[in-house]
Amino acid sequence: MEVDKVVCLPRLPRVAVCGGTHGNELSGVYLVRELLKAEKKVMEKEEEEPLSVLMVLSNPRAMQQCRRYVDTDLNRCFTHAKLNGPIPDDAPYEIIRSRELNATLGPKGNPEAVDLVCDLHNTTANMGLCFIAYSDCDWICMHIFRHLQRQMPDVPMRYIHFDVSNKESYSLDSVGKHGFAMEIGPQPHGVVRSNIYTAMKVGVQHMLDWVRIFNSGTIFEGGCVDVFTMIKHIDYPRDSETRNITAAIHPQVQDRDFCLLHPEDPLFQTFSGETLRYKGNEPLYPFFINECAYYEKGIALSLARKRLNSGIERFLDLKG
Amino acid sequence: MSSCNNSACLNEARRVAIFGGTHGNEMSGVTLVNLWVKNSAEIQRKGVETKPFITNPKAVEKCTRYVDTDLNRAFTPENLSAPGGDNLPYEVQRAQEINRIFGPKESPDAYDVIFDLHNTTSNMGCTLILESSNDHFNLQMMHYIKKAIAPASCLVLLNEHPLLKYSTSRSVAKHPVGLEVGPQPQGVLRSNIFEAMRVILKHALDFIELFNEGMEFPPCTVEAFRVLERIDYPRDANGNIIAMVHPNLQDCDWEPLNPGDPMFQTFDGKTIHYHGSGTVYPTFINEAAYYEKQQAFVTTRREALVASAIRKV
Repeated sequence: MEVDKVVCLPRLPRVAVCGGTHGNELSGVYLVRELLKAEKKVMEKEEEEPLSVLMVLSNPRAMQQCRRYVDTDLNRCFTHAKLNGPIPDDAPYEIIRSRELNATLGPKGNPEAVDLVCDLHNTTANMGLCFIAYSDCDWICMHIFRHLQRQMPDVPMRYIHFDVSNKESYSLDSVGKHGFAMEIGPQPHGVVRSNIYTAMKVGVQHMLDWVRIFNSGTIFEGGCVDVFTMIKHIDYPRDSETRNITAAIHPQVQDRDFCLLHPEDPLFQTFSGETLRYKGNEPLYPFFINECAYYEKGIALSLARKRLNSGIERFLDLKG
Repeated sequence: MSSCNNSACLNEARRVAIFGGTHGNEMSGVTLVNLWVKNSAEIQRKGVETKPFITNPKAVEKCTRYVDTDLNRAFTPENLSAPGGDNLPYEVQRAQEINRIFGPKESPDAYDVIFDLHNTTSNMGCTLILESSNDHFNLQMMHYIKKAIAPASCLVLLNEHPLLKYSTSRSVAKHPVGLEVGPQPQGVLRSNIFEAMRVILKHALDFIELFNEGMEFPPCTVEAFRVLERIDYPRDANGNIIAMVHPNLQDCDWEPLNPGDPMFQTFDGKTIHYHGSGTVYPTFINEAAYYEKQQAFVTTRREALVASAIRKV
């Protein structure tokens, strides 16, 4: 359903591209390193101001050890509560680092914050390319997503929405005025796969192209984007004493991210061969199926509702 | 090894161990061994004592490959005889402990067979790793397993290269068998990979039971891939990787790599070609743990290994 209204939004002069927020998610690590080597300010036409692109390696110590994190997950450190207030001298490395990143890219919630944060991630789940954002009506993020969909038609792409308020938002991308995580899988942690790296490199390039086009005053037509809103997580069945898992993701679900899961569908297979079924009362879309880093967070898979967001508006930028 | 009627006569394999968690984040082996420690019914065979064992419990608890040093490189003569007790790296202490329980390595008291369970991020499928082309017992076992799981595939990798072979945890036994199944990310348990490993072990234990009962296994040929060379990633002057496994090579373990074929792709998109003198069969392509060991993949050549007939003494 077309909407005739044109929404005007301010241009985006400062964009941050962050890699290595998790030190073993290597596409972003290698891509940002590569972009840092070739770093230059992009000059637009004479009357335009340059687009400032900050390339950031978020967690250098974790990268050096090729681990997700050193003390605590950096990508959970960006709530307002964790970013402010006193911290002890022996605070976890990532808490100290999150404040440094907040100073460079934020402060979160402040007019000085960068206009857009794109935080690069990999997953062991078969998710293709996903945008993960806190809002299902951030027109900037949704237009960038749609632009990538059109420019990269061979790459499976989804827009995931975590319904978390700005007050509770915890990830690095929440530091900018706009932000999203670009999550690409499947890729094992500690490995860089050329097809995944290339998809990320091309995706980032198209994102920056879109920002330049937007900043030049282009009107973008409205349209539709499917939005997957996270509803809940499901944990593995676990032994009550040891808390070790007692079943694996069922072979019929493994690698089938975004394939609708119906009540009573197989979900887990115990080590003795028994099938455990999905006991929810509505069909939902699974994603982050068998993500390595989520075993310790008690998540075997996440489930989402899909909604066609037909409200992405036409808009142009607002100079000055 | 004595010869009777053209068969090699070998002692029964009475003591067998199954190692999991030699690398703490390779989940199939960790899960299977924990299962069997709780309930060993599935791995029991007549006349065989089969012991499931977690070799690196600290690494398993942290879900990491190792704590101080790679346990699967730690069973060198120097390490096994090193004094120092608690001051030694954790895995060296573990190696000495494992050598006490399952060895001593190269002595008559050592365990007969050790299966060491591993996963890889490489697309290797099911692979049995052989450390000696003269181990006729192992060759016959591998032949038996391959036949038993056909048409599913299980390939044999032979690593007796003097420079590239290493001191594995299984090397404590008279007949060391490596079992490598992939692709599986570290820290992840995939049910298809788990089940494949379980089936291979079932056939391996069946073979041992049949051998111990007196079955004679006639001479056979086992197709194997012999390790030739380790190929590292292209690196810059500071040692940083500057290229990735090429998309044409990624996931193509065991397929021929010919001179002139694409091998790596730089981060800015250029292709680097393979310039060896002949066709090779690469494997361990893009294994996560080998970035730090300067290995993008190993090259192998195909070889038919001959196994004598064997029966028990």
